[in-house]
Amino acid sequence: MKLKPNIAVSESGFVFNPATGESFTLNPIGAEIIAKIHEGLDYSEISEWVKKEYTTDEATFERDFNDFVGQLKINGLFEKSKNEEKA
Amino acid sequence: MAFLRKAKMKRKLNIGVTALNAIDSPGPGVPVIRALREAESFDVNIIGLSYESLEPGIYMHDLVNKTYHIPYPSSGMDALMYRLNYIHEKEKLDVIIPNFDAELFSFMKLSDKLKDMGIHTFLPTIPQFEERHKHNLPEFGEKYGLNVPKSKAIYDPVEIQSIAGEYSYPIVVKGKFYDASIAYNYEQAKSYYNKISAKWGLPIIIQEFVHGTEFNVTGLGDGNGNTIAAVPMRKQYITDKGKAWGGITVDDKRMLDLTDKFISQSKWRGAFELELIKAQDNEFYILEINPRIPAWIYLAVGVGQNIPEALVNLALGEKVYPFTSFDVGKMFIRYSWDMIVDRSEFEQISVQGEL
Repeated sequence: MKLKPNIAVSESGFVFNPATGESFTLNPIGAEIIAKIHEGLDYSEISEWVKKEYTTDEATFERDFNDFVGQLKINGLFEKSKNEEKA
Repeated sequence: MAFLRKAKMKRKLNIGVTALNAIDSPGPGVPVIRALREAESFDVNIIGLSYESLEPGIYMHDLVNKTYHIPYPSSGMDALMYRLNYIHEKEKLDVIIPNFDAELFSFMKLSDKLKDMGIHTFLPTIPQFEERHKHNLPEFGEKYGLNVPKSKAIYDPVEIQSIAGEYSYPIVVKGKFYDASIAYNYEQAKSYYNKISAKWGLPIIIQEFVHGTEFNVTGLGDGNGNTIAAVPMRKQYITDKGKAWGGITVDDKRMLDLTDKFISQSKWRGAFELELIKAQDNEFYILEINPRIPAWIYLAVGVGQNIPEALVNLALGEKVYPFTSFDVGKMFIRYSWDMIVDRSEFEQISVQGEL
């Protein structure tokens, strides 16, 4: 789970992919999660942090997180895993 | 310690620039002039070369010092040469930068004569100009190992049916120089064929439609296979004519590699614009090669590559070092601007052909 190294993320939640010219905006919690991913935290660490900071349960967070990561992958912001590259 | 140093004087060049129009498919002339006025290696006296009295650049007196009408390419090269002789007598032109596709052939043909007069150009060679034509693009792609969509040049709308059977709809119907429309069925394709051929003549090019994201690269080749400049841009806002009205510079090595390959293989001489599409298979395809500076050239200047300045220096036979970088993530956002012009100015350019 790693953002591509050239992706620029600002504190305001603005994401710019310099390879494609595409830009995206994140809501505040999306920006916080991206920052955690950037810091190198894994899923369980991010989950613990979100549950501590916000009122949510594991199932809701897992669903929303997977949806978010899916969108990041679809938009080419994540490095592909070795398995995904083979596929 | 030198308390007093003599200010270094920059040389002043008289440069003729065409394409001062700014309709919904704007000409590159005005942005080229802005670039030249920001040149570090010379100062300029800009001579506008116009075809019609309503080209806005004619009236932009802070950018254009003087404008002369020149005859349309259809009037022939003798008429153009006669007019350029007259303008040169008055203005002592050092360089001309033609910016319209339709006029390039005349200027290329006249380039030796112009050089004898002391007027420099830096244009593609006629074989380069011819082989990258829309109707020669498949052969060009094959010759230089570049991805291009399938296309055919046709002279009769009857041929649309068989080509569409091969490519499947939608297809792109393109004019020889300008205009392109996407047709979703035979009736549409035939209608675009008639409309575009009436304006730009034959052939009409039928091109396979490639789904994807549009990118452009503008650059400059020195004629020996070296890339002097290259700036890729993603179109962010596209008009119904397919023109970028907003764009952003991007950092994609594959586009720069493709540009280097295009220049080194074809030994491209002069400025150009590659119109690219990144298809769903993640490959870049060249849709068109425009043999001139594009209207969005000022973005290249804004990110550190003053291509018109480099082109002028190449035209004058000077050593020009390649640009090695540009700012990524800078945008251009185009706008239109209503000028208030006195009728007497319109009258003067219309009646006397100069202003």
